[in-house]
Amino acid sequence: MHRLALILLAVLMAPVPAGAAVFNPESFQLANGLQVVVIQNHRAPIVTHMVWYKVGDADAPEGQSGMPHLLEHLMFKGTKNLQPGQFSKIVARNGGRDNAFTGSDFTAYYQNVSADRLELVMKMEADRMANLTLDPKLIETERQVVLEERRTRTDNEPSSRLREKMGPEQFAVHPYRNPVIGWERDIKAITPKDLKAFYQRWYTPNNAILIVAGDVTPQQVLGLAETYYAPIPARPLPKRERASEPPPTGPKIVELRDKSVKQPLWMREYRAPSRRLDPEGQSYALEVLENILAGGATSRFYESLVVRQKLAASAGASYSADRYDYSEFGFYASPNPGIPMARLEEAMESEIARLTEHGVTEEEVARAKGRLIDAAVYARDSLAGGAYALGRALGTGQSIDQVENWPERIAEVTADQVNAALRAVLTPKAAVTGRLLGEGM
Amino acid sequence: MRRLLLALLMLAASAAQALAAPPIRVISPGGIEAWLIEDHANPILSLEMAWRDSGAAYDAQGKEGLARLMAATLDEGAGPYDSQAFQRKLEDLSIKLSFNAGMDMMQGSLITLSRHRTQAFDMLRLSLNQPRFDDDAVLRIKGQILAGLARSSEDPQTMVSRGWYAAAFPAHPYGRVSDGTQDSVAAMTRADLVAATQRLGRANLIVGVVGDITPAELAPLLDSTFGPLPAKPAIHPLPSAEVGIPAQGIKPLVLKKAIPQSVVQFGFAGVKRNDPDWFAAYVLNYILGGGGFSSRLMVEIREKRGLAYSAYSYLYPFNQAGIWIGGVATRNDKVAQSIKLVRKELARLNADGVSAGELQDAKTYLTGSFALRYDSSANIAGLLVAVQADHLGIDYLDRRNELVMKVTQADVARVAKRLFKPENLIVVVAGDPKGL
Repeated sequence: MHRLALILLAVLMAPVPAGAAVFNPESFQLANGLQVVVIQNHRAPIVTHMVWYKVGDADAPEGQSGMPHLLEHLMFKGTKNLQPGQFSKIVARNGGRDNAFTGSDFTAYYQNVSADRLELVMKMEADRMANLTLDPKLIETERQVVLEERRTRTDNEPSSRLREKMGPEQFAVHPYRNPVIGWERDIKAITPKDLKAFYQRWYTPNNAILIVAGDVTPQQVLGLAETYYAPIPARPLPKRERASEPPPTGPKIVELRDKSVKQPLWMREYRAPSRRLDPEGQSYALEVLENILAGGATSRFYESLVVRQKLAASAGASYSADRYDYSEFGFYASPNPGIPMARLEEAMESEIARLTEHGVTEEEVARAKGRLIDAAVYARDSLAGGAYALGRALGTGQSIDQVENWPERIAEVTADQVNAALRAVLTPKAAVTGRLLGEGM
Repeated sequence: MRRLLLALLMLAASAAQALAAPPIRVISPGGIEAWLIEDHANPILSLEMAWRDSGAAYDAQGKEGLARLMAATLDEGAGPYDSQAFQRKLEDLSIKLSFNAGMDMMQGSLITLSRHRTQAFDMLRLSLNQPRFDDDAVLRIKGQILAGLARSSEDPQTMVSRGWYAAAFPAHPYGRVSDGTQDSVAAMTRADLVAATQRLGRANLIVGVVGDITPAELAPLLDSTFGPLPAKPAIHPLPSAEVGIPAQGIKPLVLKKAIPQSVVQFGFAGVKRNDPDWFAAYVLNYILGGGGFSSRLMVEIREKRGLAYSAYSYLYPFNQAGIWIGGVATRNDKVAQSIKLVRKELARLNADGVSAGELQDAKTYLTGSFALRYDSSANIAGLLVAVQADHLGIDYLDRRNELVMKVTQADVARVAKRLFKPENLIVVVAGDPKGL
């Protein structure tokens, strides 16, 4: 999941010259509420077919973290019309690849196939939107698979365990405190009944987005969608109500010490606005800021910590506006051999202090904006890239216009706006620090 | 995510069907060849390049990691630009330039917008022909490589991979860590780097280009960029290699580590890319562990028993040896059972081959999915390089699916008999496995 998140971030950070649209999608809505988005790309006779459900781990009931992800696995385990495991087998037999992924705010399923197999995969995807069987025996086997997945991603990986510990410090009550894969005790406690209720509540066409990118026309996609998705009736959709997080009361520090850690890591996260909940438009300014701080070998943190002071092997920042509720603005650094964690932390903090005190310069903002806008041209080159970028945006409550207008909004960002945004976000009370250390460090 | 995304499928093994245009051969006035697919849909150009027989395996004894260090420092300052000035120019023009060192080949990648094409080729020319290797830049990159070595030394996946290669190639450079060792990296000098650039010649250069450029525009850029390279590279030939057999018999090699899940890598000799049985092996691998959910390892280990999140296999054809690798990660008390299941499937394939249905499914997948490789300009350009590297011919993309379709059940059975000998399997485990 982490790796994917980074790829997607890079794609969306990568949108277009001012005035030009990014992906030029066409969009429709079926009578049952299903949103249909088509991005044409005729380089090769292939398509990406995706369905995004506007539901993710943060919509799981209390004590059932990880359930949306377990359900994602079970979507491959049979319907009234299809035997368990057949979905992927049929896709493969037709020369396609399929998979799925779950985030805090969305769950998505996709198939990459030859364009003439679009109808086949659409028929199967529509089938599992309505007809999942959820066999209790298969749930037990898949629960074991997910526990192994958790061991691979988290239990075996000290930096993931540190991130997992930082979540509850950043969010006292909001479900973003939970890891998307779920806490082990929650994964073990989920019942077939829970899964069924969740599937029925959220897996409905009026809560889904169909995205098709590739060698097709909007008319073809719409015709097929009318045949396969339109017959699925809409159901009343619950409101997406998550606990509202009180203002931060930090600073907070989380430390994880593990004797297997040979290369320490320092992290700092601040609560920040998402694109959806961003009345002042700070998210665009924060994207420019992120590029100034971490956009490459001449960016601020790399230049200062790695090149000039020679304290760190790597240093940078991260931010994504693609969250439904809150986002986070993060910093990270990993020390050079022999540099104590305290020294590194002090240097990072003094860079952050310099930032809030003096702000960024007009020149830094101009350079970052140029890079971001050029990146939009690159984003169009990849077939799946546009589908992912639009899915993430729409899945987190944004509009197609927001994606398409992104380059223009970036072009409008001023140094004053960046400085106002960073001063609003980078406050000591909102800071959660993570330290990953080995023995005797 | 439901499946680990394995970036391990062999590039050269897949092929094209129906790209907008087939590749053409562009030969510059100075005699430099590139394969080009013109595509003017976006104002973007991707150039991928590689140099035969120049990768990490060609680092001398005691200089392990030199190719890797060179790859990481070629773009750290060149010609009139020091490291920061060079990087700043790339960033301000949104030019993506990078190099990396594979075991057999050094590789590079240049991606640019059309409006900065001239400057992009110029930056590539400088990095190849006038790299500075300034002391502070080299020292900084060494520090990053050393930090990476420290981090990966505790990563169970890296541990089993290194353990496996060391066991399979105890006396050949393929058994070494391509990033080098703490000692070898620390001792590397500027003179070593300068000497290593002599591996990058014109005679061993391979170029693939996709995007917004015509043959007439490309040809002079090939000359100005690659023309100044030495005609012949300075390379010591690599001895041929054989994958060893397990030194300690059937008992897995265990790298003790206190983690809840053990990571297992297993493998034995495979086939080289020029082996007449390459496609039979490729089909067999799909059936064993290359085919996601449909593969035997995935069905037996994950789907039926829930023992692991991922179980896979792949072929890796080095120039001097083919290898067949697989892996699984499972909780410590299930390691013995999982390895037993792997051995059982290998023995079953050795004895019985594959069914007609399995063969048919493998063929429809492998031929039907070919075009999915054409997702981006850089991917297609990389494919053009891989086809040249393996001497497959410029019409390979059109022929490739036929070659897959020709594979018979008897071909697959023959390969399984020849290679799937469970007693040859080298098994390495990182973790705290029980009952092995």
